[in-house]
Amino acid sequence: MEPVLDTGVSAWMLVSASFVLLMTPGLALFYGGMVRGKSVLNMMMMSFGAMAVVGVIYVLWGWSMSYGASLGGIVGNPFDQFGLGGSFDPVALLDDEGTRYMPTIVDVGFQATFAIITVALISGAIADRARFGTWLVFAGLWATLAYFPMAHMVWSGGLLSDGGPFVFGDAAPIDFAGGTVVHINAGVAALVLALIVGRRKGFGTEPMRPHNLPLVMLGAALLWFGWFGFNAGSAYATDEGAGLAWVNTTTATAAAILGWLLVEKLRDGAATSLGAASGVVAGLVAITPAAGDVSPVGAIVVGAVAGVLSAFAVGLKYKLGYDDSLDVVGVHLVSGLWGTVSLGFLATGTGLFYGGGFNQLAVQVIIALIAVVFSAVVTLVIGYVLKVTMGWRVPEETEVSGIDLAVHGETAYENSGSTITEAR
Amino acid sequence: MKLVTAVVQPHRLDDVKTALEGAGVRGMTVSEASGYGRQKGHTEVYRGAEYTVDLVPKVRVEVLVTDADVTAVTEAIVGAAQTGKIGDGKVWVVPVEDVARVRTGEHGDAAL
Repeated sequence: MEPVLDTGVSAWMLVSASFVLLMTPGLALFYGGMVRGKSVLNMMMMSFGAMAVVGVIYVLWGWSMSYGASLGGIVGNPFDQFGLGGSFDPVALLDDEGTRYMPTIVDVGFQATFAIITVALISGAIADRARFGTWLVFAGLWATLAYFPMAHMVWSGGLLSDGGPFVFGDAAPIDFAGGTVVHINAGVAALVLALIVGRRKGFGTEPMRPHNLPLVMLGAALLWFGWFGFNAGSAYATDEGAGLAWVNTTTATAAAILGWLLVEKLRDGAATSLGAASGVVAGLVAITPAAGDVSPVGAIVVGAVAGVLSAFAVGLKYKLGYDDSLDVVGVHLVSGLWGTVSLGFLATGTGLFYGGGFNQLAVQVIIALIAVVFSAVVTLVIGYVLKVTMGWRVPEETEVSGIDLAVHGETAYENSGSTITEAR
Repeated sequence: MKLVTAVVQPHRLDDVKTALEGAGVRGMTVSEASGYGRQKGHTEVYRGAEYTVDLVPKVRVEVLVTDADVTAVTEAIVGAAQTGKIGDGKVWVVPVEDVARVRTGEHGDAAL
């Protein structure tokens, strides 16, 4: 029997892809509000730059390296479906019986948006000080060498999937929407890059408070909205599983806000808007790998713990001395690790708390560690090569006067009058 | 002629304006200001990092008056702006050599 086009699922996946694409401008607002007013445009441009670079390379070799013919379970062959040609199959079956399908090109769009946001996430670690050209080259290299292979390993039957070696009994690796591929990957890259690029001038001594908290709140809200495409879309269905992912996404995020605010109230004396916005992202990160495999009550635990952990983790950079400017490590790496490992306890059926023993926990710890090591090594190589070739830092005087004017020839806010001297 | 400048708490501005109108003042300049005195600032915490914000928001009121009105105007401001707490602000008076009204070209007291 010929497979039938599932219009419902195809429509939902197109909408989900659009949701996820919106997350990157949302991230630009979230990050942009957190930096100083003199560098907000550069911060937002790093997200838009990631959209530009990865949006192009995804159709050239990104899809093929993620879902093309496997090279040892590590990465897809970039030439297998280069430019969406070659052995590209336009029909993506949705069930094992092969009765329903959606056009593969819809999945290409959906997956491209994931690659874009993952690269953009890293930019928060090197705010205010990175050369824009170096960032664009990094975006292309990192997507190619770190993101596409990780997507292949986890989601295309590779090393870290249920088709790989890490299946213990009935416990196979679980990464529903990208705990390893997206958040651990980006979080580790952020830490490595923050170390390679170095601290901002005045880090820890000069005030660098967020310049516009309403922008941060708006960005967090857009991220939450877009995340419904990210998580519920990752069900590749319009069924109970998608509904569960949607509810878990909201429940965990709500619990993470409460967790983060509780820490702030007890430790700092006030529940802040920045804390609420940060809690939103921590909860979303943590539930990402787990959205389809925990109960809504389990999601409360996943989210609440994430909010508390990340609220404490964001202070580590001052103690350890690395300038992860916007806490990509504290939020994405820490909550990404927790979310991935939490499945060992809370996965319905195989988790420790459901009588499944330690197998799932062992599997989750192993895939998390492999993701950490892989991302660290690849990012270290790319980051170091760019440091000695193109260079990462803008001149010190540019950093002080503001990267927006020096690099982009613009300022975000008008503080003095201007005169038109030439109209083109 | 004198220039009376007052830096007061923003939430006392409406009362200060009313008191000045009661004292016969017909015009004033108001601007936002920031600063600190004995009140010092406050602390804000962003993701665990504590910032001391030493400049706090204030309102600056400037009024040009005749020599005869100085005491009444100064007292009107002090009376209206006072809450008795640290941070209430200050009022000071400086002599003014001349004032011109742009619309008519009048000078001196006639321009007030």
